[in-house]
Amino acid sequence: MSQSNTNPESAMIQCVDVHKWYGQFHALRGVTLSVARGEVVVVMGPSGSGKSSFIRTINRLEEHQRGTIIVDGIELTHDVRNIERIRSEVGMVFQSFNLFPHLTVLENITLAPMRVRKMNRERAGKIARELLERVRIPEQADKYPGQLSGGQQQRVAIARALAMEPKVMLFDEPTSALDPEMIKEVLEVMVDLAKSGMTMICVTHEMNFARNVAHRVCFFDQGNIVEMGPPAKLFSTPEHERTQLFLSQILH
Amino acid sequence: MSDTKKTRIPIWRDERAYAVLAQVAFVVVVIAAGVFLFGNLLSALRRQNIPIGFDFLPTRAGFDISDSFLEYTASSNYLQAFQVGLVNTLVVASVGIVLASVFGLITGLAGLTHNFIISRLARVYTEIMRNVPLLVFLVFWYRGIVFNLPKISEALSIGPILVSNRGVAIPWLLEGALSLPVVRGRIFDGGFVLSPELFAILSGLVIYTAAFIGEVIRAGVQAIPRGQFEAARALGFTGMQSIRLIVLPQALRVIIPPLTSQYLNLTKNSSLAAAVGYPDLWSISTVIINQTGRAVEMIAVVMGIYLTTSLLTSLFMNWYNNKVRLIER
Ligand SMILES: Nc1ncnc2c1ncn2[C@@H]1O[C@H](COP(=O)(O)OP(=O)(O)OP(=O)(O)O)[C@@H](O)[C@H]1O
Ligand SMILES: [Mg+2]
Repeated sequence: MSQSNTNPESAMIQCVDVHKWYGQFHALRGVTLSVARGEVVVVMGPSGSGKSSFIRTINRLEEHQRGTIIVDGIELTHDVRNIERIRSEVGMVFQSFNLFPHLTVLENITLAPMRVRKMNRERAGKIARELLERVRIPEQADKYPGQLSGGQQQRVAIARALAMEPKVMLFDEPTSALDPEMIKEVLEVMVDLAKSGMTMICVTHEMNFARNVAHRVCFFDQGNIVEMGPPAKLFSTPEHERTQLFLSQILH
Repeated sequence: MSDTKKTRIPIWRDERAYAVLAQVAFVVVVIAAGVFLFGNLLSALRRQNIPIGFDFLPTRAGFDISDSFLEYTASSNYLQAFQVGLVNTLVVASVGIVLASVFGLITGLAGLTHNFIISRLARVYTEIMRNVPLLVFLVFWYRGIVFNLPKISEALSIGPILVSNRGVAIPWLLEGALSLPVVRGRIFDGGFVLSPELFAILSGLVIYTAAFIGEVIRAGVQAIPRGQFEAARALGFTGMQSIRLIVLPQALRVIIPPLTSQYLNLTKNSSLAAAVGYPDLWSISTVIINQTGRAVEMIAVVMGIYLTTSLLTSLFMNWYNNKVRLIER
């Protein structure tokens, strides 16, 4: 549960000294993090600290300019084949859902398995319905995203990512665009997923989720991890003053 | 709340009355203007002893038409000549719309790529087309380019297509079998041969309109939130798949209305075919007018045909736009 058991051999994700620049702006400054199989890591930190940039480098939505990122033994380089293999193993859930509005819920979920994994329609449809069952909205299959509530849309987005049978799930503030009662229904799905043994990196400020589910919490500031540890320890006795300040702000 | 509904609004304060009144007034003005202009025209024609009517149509035309998809000789009548022009226009417009869409899509996507050279080329091409009058471009294209293509004996072959200054030969279905064109001496054998004039007007219109369609498509794609493309890439779609399956279907909503007006432009612009010597509806009509003096009738019919074609195109595109509309709550 702590840093020591994430030995590089079994690591699902290994980031070493990752740097990223947007033009002149140095957004990531040597992030080093290794995530074990089945581990749930929560990433926190002030706005603009590079949390999104970091998890987006893991599936190459952003390119890193220095350092190494290895996902399930595949190194993320300019090799297009590696990028494609990593993308199909890493699922991502966005703050703004990004469902495809011109497709029904079911089509949103089946499109990638059919077009990327070349699965046939029947099988993809069957898996999609099971996933909708799992995210607790089986009755919404034939609706369009515009007809669903935010919480339902985000659960469809989770199902859509899961349909590719990813080994890792990345969440970028999945609940920040939601009303409180919808936050709960999305978090429940995420807790289930964590319990099922999925490797997860979640950017979120949901303290209860972090406390109950996360194996580790990373605290980001100014493009790097300033403090990292089990939630119980990090929340009760933060060492770094930036962490203390941030926690005192979100706990009130 | 309910008692306000019951009190009758005096008609001079009722917005619904205003709406009806404005429309009635508008229709009355339009009809009055129409009646006045038409009456004026009829009396002018009567004063000059010019007859009006379509009795001249079955008369022998007596002129040749270089390009025709129908049976036509100099001894055919005006109606047949007119039909030849109509078919020529419809062919140029419909084939032109299909080809301009294809090349426009390519141009639009090329302008969006991160490949510097390709996107620059697309921008330069678009800018040139946007800043040159179509008539000038067509004449340049016909005289400067199509005229100076290689001689038929040295015809350029682009895949199965043969290009020369005597026309362009493309593979075609003849008697149920695909026929590939070859050069036999001074002529093409097999396939379908486009005259230099047909090739010039068709390719000229396509090159010109594709630049505008490219802009329409580029703007439509840029209107789609970046997150859609990112979500597609994160699911493992390739860049092309993301565009084809996710971005373009959504962009269509934004694209279709301006795309429709580009289709209409192409159709109407085909009336410049005379500049490259292609006998379209308008150029044949001008010949008929010169020979018969029946300008009013001919122009009324020609305008009616362009109007009908445009309305049918618009209707189809509206129907299609409704079909791809997003379903919201
Ligand atoms: N595409 C971009 N171009 C230029 N600068 C960017 C870009 N994306 C992010 N940045 C900058 O990089 C820094 C880190 O941004 P990032 O989105 O990773 O922060 P974050 O921790 O996710 O913040 P938030 O909590 O607001 O989402 C910010 O200062 C931001 O302005
Ligand atoms: Mg962010």
